[in-house]
Amino acid sequence: MTIITLDRVSKRYGALQVTDAVSLALERGSALGIIGPNGAGKTTLFNLIAGTTLADSGTIRFDGEDVTRMPARRRCHRGIGRSFQIPHPFVGMTTYENVLVGATFGGRLSERDAAAKAVDVLELTGLARKANVLAGQLTLLERKRLEMARALASSPRLLLLDEIAGGLTEPECAELVDAIRNVRAQGVSIIWIEHVVHALLAVVDRIAVIDFGRKIAEGEPAATMASPEVAAIYMGMESEAAHG
Amino acid sequence: MSFRIERFTPASRATAIVALIALAFLVAAPWLTGRANIRLLGEMFSFLALASLWNLLAGYCGLVSVGQQAFVGFGGYMLFALAIFLGFDPLLAIPVAGLLGAVLAIPVGTLLFRLQGAYFAIGSWVFAEVLRLSFAQVSSLGGGSGASLPTSVVTGIASNREWREILIYWTGLALAVAVLLIVIALLRSKLGLALTGLRDSEIASESLGVNSWLTKMTVYVSVAGLTTMIGSFIFLQKLRISPDAAFSVNDWTAYVIFIAVIGGIGTIEGPIIGTIIFFLLRETLADLGTTYLLVLGALAILVMLKAPRGVWGLISERSRISLVPVRRQVRFD
Ligand SMILES: Nc1ncnc2c1ncn2[C@@H]1O[C@H](COP(=O)(O)OP(=O)(O)O)[C@@H](O)[C@H]1O
Ligand SMILES: [Mg+2]
Repeated sequence: MTIITLDRVSKRYGALQVTDAVSLALERGSALGIIGPNGAGKTTLFNLIAGTTLADSGTIRFDGEDVTRMPARRRCHRGIGRSFQIPHPFVGMTTYENVLVGATFGGRLSERDAAAKAVDVLELTGLARKANVLAGQLTLLERKRLEMARALASSPRLLLLDEIAGGLTEPECAELVDAIRNVRAQGVSIIWIEHVVHALLAVVDRIAVIDFGRKIAEGEPAATMASPEVAAIYMGMESEAAHG
Repeated sequence: MSFRIERFTPASRATAIVALIALAFLVAAPWLTGRANIRLLGEMFSFLALASLWNLLAGYCGLVSVGQQAFVGFGGYMLFALAIFLGFDPLLAIPVAGLLGAVLAIPVGTLLFRLQGAYFAIGSWVFAEVLRLSFAQVSSLGGGSGASLPTSVVTGIASNREWREILIYWTGLALAVAVLLIVIALLRSKLGLALTGLRDSEIASESLGVNSWLTKMTVYVSVAGLTTMIGSFIFLQKLRISPDAAFSVNDWTAYVIFIAVIGGIGTIEGPIIGTIIFFLLRETLADLGTTYLLVLGALAILVMLKAPRGVWGLISERSRISLVPVRRQVRFD
């Protein structure tokens, strides 16, 4: 049983084909990693799945329902939760209230249940100590964690995580991996875009590779990472780095 | 995990007590001060309410309206129409007018919400002008030159003038208190949570399940209904209405924006402080004529440049105090 299916989904911005006929299918309860160079169109793929932008063509089905043209808030109600790569905290609210928004409007819980859910999520994501701090005063790393916490508070069945491990120390990264595994153990399906490959490999069952808006490879993690397509991309990135 | 959510602070409890004492004095004011001051206080109540409502729209919803005089004028005219044509008691006509204003706001808001930023502001002003020109056509309400509330209606409120003025004064006080309490309750509610979220990031709010359109529409319609009621009250106090006075962009929007800007946009305390400053200036400088307007303008520009969050913004930044907290504090036991 698949939780989400993309069928030849495309999106262009002006002359730039950012998403080029991408097809994907994710089994319920499984975790997919997405890798690819900067600007490949990974975040755009999340925007399309979560409804932040609408696809030009192709169809997106979530849990059997066509959600291709559904507004973001209704996709959230259906069970799609997402974190933003560039955090969008509600700076005028406390960390707790940020998470409460997800629980109240995404999870559509009563006041009491939403409060309990928010506190749970703060504990799970290690943000409880910052509960009463204005989100505007959080560090970048804390803001990233808040992104995940808010999404989790909406009780998603599919969680989209966009580059949340960058910049973490080894112990912090291990903690994050634990937290995500924990979420997954509760039956939540996950798609995770991440450059920190070893963290990704500790969680996902499959990896998809995106380059120039196209999905160029997908499969079991070790085999995919060893594939010539991935090798070519990473070699390209290394030579770019050498030139830069 | 055991926790409590706290919504009051020592400062807010003290504020509530001070506010209650002030309220007691204001209720007793007709016996403590003269007629002229009572009229002035009635006017202050109107401006306090209008500024709080405008602030809710602009400071919390990002809906910068320069057309709220549409609802003020509509409220005034509905009061006159309900009292003259349908024989309503004027005090009863106020909530009925408010309801009509809220109903009117639904189609108007639906149209205006298609406009973004400056276009929304212009659209709101155009709507007010359309109403002004329309009411100028209603000859049974005096057309362009306006009408007075008939003596029979006026004496219907209370037979002697003293009691009438006291009743009207209390109505203004009750309306201003109600508006403040509603604004506070709204900001502390689930709707306020959505509103603050939308203000900080519309895109994140939507992907967390917040309905941006419906949230803003709810606030727009509530603000319109309450603004209409204040409009009814203003013209009940004046006993006379004309299209130019009812739909005056100067009186009901420019001064109101001045109050909110000076006091501090996006805060509950701001409009209260702004109203006091505005009336202090007006009462001391009004004799200067045009100079008075120049001083107001210069002051507004100065505040916008030097203290964009207004006088209350300055105070709360320094003292880190919030008299009317809308925040929620988690306490782990
Ligand atoms: N709203 C937008 N308007 C125009 N171009 C965009 C927009 N969003 C993304 N892009 C462009 O699309 C390309 C892919 O971006 P993105 O999906 O963020 O890539 P990735 O997440 O893989 O780094 C980039 O070249 C980016 O500049
Ligand atoms: Mg990205």
